[in-house]
Amino acid sequence: MIGRALGVALIVSACSGGPGDKQAGSGSASAGGASAGADLTGAGATFPYPIYSKWFADYAVKTGVKINYQSIGSGGGIRQLTEGTVDFGASDAPMTDAELAKAKGPVLHVPTVLGAVVITYNVPGVTQPLRLTGDVIAEVFLGKITKWNDTRIKALNPGVTLPTTDVLVVHRSDGSGTTYIFSDYLAAVSPAWAKAPGRGKELQWPVGMGGKGNEGVAGQVKQTPGAIGYVELAYAKQNSLAYATVKNAGGAFVVPTIESVTAAAAGAAATLAPNTDFRVSIVNAPGAGAYPISSFTYLLINKTPTDAAKGKKLLDFVKWALSDGEQSAAALDYAPLPPAIVTRLDARLDSLSAGATP
Amino acid sequence: MTGAAVSSERAGGPLERPTTPPDSDAGGRRTLRVRIQGAVIGDRIYTAAITLFALCVPVLLVLVAVEIFIAGWPALHRFGFSFLTSSAWDPVNGVFGAAPAIYGTLLSSAIALAIATPLAIGVAIFLSEFSPQWLRQPVAFLVDLLAAVPSVVYGLWGVFVLLPVLRVSVMPFLRDTLHLGVLPFFSGPAYGPSMLAAGLILSIMVLPYISSVSREVLLAVPRSQREAALALGATKWETIWGAVLPYAKSGIIGGVILGLGRALGETMAVTMLIGNRPQISASLFAPGYTMASLIANEFSEASGDLHLSALMAVGFVLFVITLIVNAIARWLVWQVSRGAGEKTA
Repeated sequence: MIGRALGVALIVSACSGGPGDKQAGSGSASAGGASAGADLTGAGATFPYPIYSKWFADYAVKTGVKINYQSIGSGGGIRQLTEGTVDFGASDAPMTDAELAKAKGPVLHVPTVLGAVVITYNVPGVTQPLRLTGDVIAEVFLGKITKWNDTRIKALNPGVTLPTTDVLVVHRSDGSGTTYIFSDYLAAVSPAWAKAPGRGKELQWPVGMGGKGNEGVAGQVKQTPGAIGYVELAYAKQNSLAYATVKNAGGAFVVPTIESVTAAAAGAAATLAPNTDFRVSIVNAPGAGAYPISSFTYLLINKTPTDAAKGKKLLDFVKWALSDGEQSAAALDYAPLPPAIVTRLDARLDSLSAGATP
Repeated sequence: MTGAAVSSERAGGPLERPTTPPDSDAGGRRTLRVRIQGAVIGDRIYTAAITLFALCVPVLLVLVAVEIFIAGWPALHRFGFSFLTSSAWDPVNGVFGAAPAIYGTLLSSAIALAIATPLAIGVAIFLSEFSPQWLRQPVAFLVDLLAAVPSVVYGLWGVFVLLPVLRVSVMPFLRDTLHLGVLPFFSGPAYGPSMLAAGLILSIMVLPYISSVSREVLLAVPRSQREAALALGATKWETIWGAVLPYAKSGIIGGVILGLGRALGETMAVTMLIGNRPQISASLFAPGYTMASLIANEFSEASGDLHLSALMAVGFVLFVITLIVNAIARWLVWQVSRGAGEKTA
């Protein structure tokens, strides 16, 4: 974590040098081509699509600004932003340094809402939520725990009669931000995981089989006694799946809920550097009630938009989303950002819009 | 594509040019000549136009192949031959090998054909030789309707109906009741999603193609062929086996190849049922992967140029394999029709 935070700080300082040089260029470009009534287009992550589309609809009613968003996946969103075919991108995983280097200008990561990944399972005879730790989850997904009555699972769940059933690991077969968050967490808590499959949207899974989408994983887990898989919290809630409580960094077993996910971001916020670019992992975050497998999802915004009018429109929308928009998050099973993060984001956006006005 | 193979024998030669009239200076004939020359020009334009149309398709095909090859070249160049033989598919570390996907594509298609071909030919023979007239159209219609069902619907049906049946009944029956578990093909745990499930769903999906083509070909067998066999005292079965099927063989193979083409490229239903695990396992109960599923799963979130390039390379390999399979099919049809021709001659 410390190494990561340091890396982030370095990148921030590197980035913050950038915008100044390029400001002049963007100013001259915007003087010629300010198209007043143009709507905004964006592309990217599928996970926040339901809340984004609600935001865009609400915002259009309120201000008349129409925003077109295509949920083509985080990777596609990053590619399109890099190629400049959209005004903003969206991604579940922050852009890597290599991806940032390829972008046309400096990119600001704006966290919008929080997502969480839950461990769902189908264990015959078990009715109360299972208690799991990061270690045990990693061992299961590495194929080292193969039976449900393994002593390591038993030790965490005293009083629960666990069957001798074989464990069947079900993972996402399609590239996904969900897989990224899940593997990011396992890599943070298990050195063995960090070494072997690592973190990514697609992995070389040691064991198990792949289901396409949340519904593919959930369907396979529901059907197969002994199966264990991971899905988004929102999906698990809406489909009333059984999911585990997971031990967090503070040692407490936490039920994944909207509140415990927001708590994770609040816990992580305390450790953010003053000039953070928000490209931070909040898995295994500190805080008593923090659910450990949580993550930001981001809007990706060009800090130096070629079209200043559009840039301003986009900033206005983002500010609205962070204040009014956040209120509708919980109703759609997204965890809203904690106030600490919103305050810092507002300050960042204000400095950006102040800098961008010619 | 194979429909063309079947019908190309029947297709006529190039457009017949109107023969130029005998050279004569008679005044009455001059106008005729001008008119015919006009027709010749019209024909030329027409020929040029349709030639252009006809060339468009192969040119497009070549362009697609070239584009995919160029996009896949970085991965093919980096991994070389091991791209085809390696089982490692590790996007995090940028190591790619497509062997399990190639294996899965070929095996699932083979299972599909092994199940669908006898069934489809049976349906076709029933419809063309045995079925009462009133039953022929409804059954043919319903079988053809199988081809109209969207792939994702097959996938859903597979997930909710086929997989539970396989897991609870069919797989334990094959493995334990019939003791086929001693064979490597039917060993291991039965979870449902597997090469077998993918092969089964593909067999249902390709069946209408094979049966529809076979039915038409069988119906096109001349009555004289049947009557001759019957006149020699053959039973109905002997007539079909000895006189009708050999006559229709090349057409039926064409239908099978059409089905194979469909099976090789099918994506959605297979992705939902195959378990998406890049491994080569002898057991049909084990999950696997196909090239089409791999591309569909990973393309939208592919991170990094090498990963994208590897997926393109998989697409190119699938393209080449489809081409090879079709070439073999052409050769088979050619062999069979030549053989049949010699026999009937």
